[in-house]
Amino acid sequence: MSKNTEFVKFDKVDKSYDGKILVVKDLNLNISEGEFITMLGPSGSGKTTCLMMLAGFETPTNGEIYLDSNPISNIPPHKRGIGMVFQNYALFPHMTVYENLAFPLRVRKVQKDEIDKKVDKALSMVSLSGFESRMPAQLSGGQQQRVAVARALVFDPAVVLMDEPLGALDKNLRESMQYEIKHIHENIGVTVVYVTHDQGEALTMSNRIAVFNDGKVQQLSSPDKLYEEPVNSFVAEFIGENNTFGGEVTDISKDVCKVKLQNGEILANPVSVTSKGDKTTVSIRPERALINPKDKMDNNQTGKIEEVIYHGDHTRVRLDLLGNKEFILKVPNSSNELDLKLGNEIKVGWNSQDARALDPK
Amino acid sequence: MSSETKQILTTDGIPLEISLKKAERKNKIKAFLLVAPLLLFLIITYIFPIGEMFTRSIDDKMITNMLPKTFKSMETWDGKELPSEEVFASFLSDFKILVEKKEHGKLAQRLNKEKNGFNTITKKLFRQVKRNKIDETQSIKEQIMKVHKRWRNVEYWQAIKRTAPPYTSAKYLKAMDMYLNEDNKITQVSEDRRIHRILWLRTVEVAFFVTVFCFLMGYPIAHLLATLPMKYSNLLMICVLLPFWTSLLVRTASWMILLQQQGVVNDFFVLIGLVSDDNRPEMMYNKVGTYVAMTQILLPFMVLPLYSVMKTISPSLMRAGKSLGGTPFVAFWKVYFPLTIPGIGAGCLLVFILAIGYYITPALVGGASGTLISNQIAYHMKTTLDWSFASAMGLMLLGGVLVIYWLYNKLVGVDNIKLG
Repeated sequence: MSKNTEFVKFDKVDKSYDGKILVVKDLNLNISEGEFITMLGPSGSGKTTCLMMLAGFETPTNGEIYLDSNPISNIPPHKRGIGMVFQNYALFPHMTVYENLAFPLRVRKVQKDEIDKKVDKALSMVSLSGFESRMPAQLSGGQQQRVAVARALVFDPAVVLMDEPLGALDKNLRESMQYEIKHIHENIGVTVVYVTHDQGEALTMSNRIAVFNDGKVQQLSSPDKLYEEPVNSFVAEFIGENNTFGGEVTDISKDVCKVKLQNGEILANPVSVTSKGDKTTVSIRPERALINPKDKMDNNQTGKIEEVIYHGDHTRVRLDLLGNKEFILKVPNSSNELDLKLGNEIKVGWNSQDARALDPK
Repeated sequence: MSSETKQILTTDGIPLEISLKKAERKNKIKAFLLVAPLLLFLIITYIFPIGEMFTRSIDDKMITNMLPKTFKSMETWDGKELPSEEVFASFLSDFKILVEKKEHGKLAQRLNKEKNGFNTITKKLFRQVKRNKIDETQSIKEQIMKVHKRWRNVEYWQAIKRTAPPYTSAKYLKAMDMYLNEDNKITQVSEDRRIHRILWLRTVEVAFFVTVFCFLMGYPIAHLLATLPMKYSNLLMICVLLPFWTSLLVRTASWMILLQQQGVVNDFFVLIGLVSDDNRPEMMYNKVGTYVAMTQILLPFMVLPLYSVMKTISPSLMRAGKSLGGTPFVAFWKVYFPLTIPGIGAGCLLVFILAIGYYITPALVGGASGTLISNQIAYHMKTTLDWSFASAMGLMLLGGVLVIYWLYNKLVGVDNIKLG
């Protein structure tokens, strides 16, 4: 049985709240069955609106959303059978954990012993067995979070939506919850649409990530591709760190181009430039630029150390390189033979393949 | 034995508990001084008057002080046959003092309340005493009995004896349309004279229905207020609060203009053909007027506590209810409504307690069938000047409110109230 690659389908969806500004512009997005897809973007980028349209709390201004090939715009939220985990969990404060989990089953008129079984299973899935009679207020943030996840899954929905579910947790808990949610997804194979503005969260958990900005999907690809091969400067900026140079293309061939900067010239990988004279922003990941490279690299520059910040496992070095005073390098802690002193001049090299010439900022 | 039971000492060797108390004493004194003015104010304006009301409502000392010797000599009287010569003699001596002080009229009034007919015979006795017709060397009993035949009736002497205790529950019984009969038994007054019980029932009924109407109207308003965007909800809030800023009298008067038979509402009904012009319904000076005006006036007291509770309910809860498969009604009934119960409790309690003691509005628009117990209290305060009776009814009202509060606490729990 092949998996439906268009299990959830946004078809030319527009959304406007006031008739003047489009919050979501011409969204086309296919989500396959069993996939963990993350909508990532800054606040106001339209990602939550998309989620709300899928859940049925907002209606698309134009276009249609399909769930398993059925248009759902006219189906009210309670008939869509979509589980949802809300930002602040939205656990019912006047019900016990058991009653919270039993709620979706009771409204579906499931038999009492069947409810008990399902609640039991869902609670053990999030390792909260024995918490049935607690009230939500008696649980820690992480536990509430897990109850919310269990409640969204207990009625075996086809799709589960998660709206920044980890936003209220502290850093350590957030990380462990990321793995926990990922494992739950792997175990039961439900389709998950996850919304977050935290790129770390998106990278660790997702099969694919849709980067939103300005109401549009900027890039939709797997986490590694998104990080290694951003298609435009917004994505490059938004995902991970990167060093940028603004310049103009002076020469271009199939897979390398020459970019003239304010004071210097570098070779880059022409991603979104096509011809001579194009303005461009060149993006290089900090870990792709090496100090005193042993291998031969086609970009070799000299920079002055402006700042050294110790980070434990690595050291961040800020350089003044080709007029960019914010050029960051990450030096692993193993290479302590280097002489990283303020004001020192050091050699830096990188491959033109890793320097992506993207659209100008 | 164990280290836990040992006294813990501070580094200076003072027991920790004492040291803690010392450190906190200053704060406690400060805190007390801060509330002291309010406490004093409450004692003077609330606790003390209530105490005063209570003593007044059961006070019956006036007559006890008027007939000290009589009551003393009556102590040995069994109350079945006519009292002895001694009782008559001491009564006459008490009476003479009263005549001198010109207080015999008060005595007659008080005794007449106990039993009808005392007025006449006291007046007759007064004339005899004034003219010095009573010869103290002869049997006083015989002479008094000759003044009027009622003085020969043992029931009148029994009535005097009943007034002996300095305290009485008569006012409370009267408020319930009951009295103590000759045998000291609680008896109902005859059916045609039972007015108070009707008023009590009507008061509770009006308060109950006003609370229900306020709830039915206030709940949706409060919900709108809590969920509308700021710019609309502020406007709506002003609409809700506007009545608060208008004088109670003005509001009641405007209801009179609206509801009277030639009023705006009736004109409108005639205009749309709901009623014929010569058959305009009475909407004022009856219960309808009381209901309408009181509901409007007390509505903010329902809306505000509800609003403050609803404001704290996250809209995502309703969404969660729906996304989990509940119909909008189920989501409302199982999720939203239970969370508003603290507000409902507070609002209903507030409105009910205010309504049960409401005075001005029923007085103005209530008419005969719409007046409440508070109007009766005012009547006795201002017209009959029977303050002790008014006090008794006021205290019964207060007691009723306390009972309702207690019941509420038992059923819902006072911790569940949220006023804001």
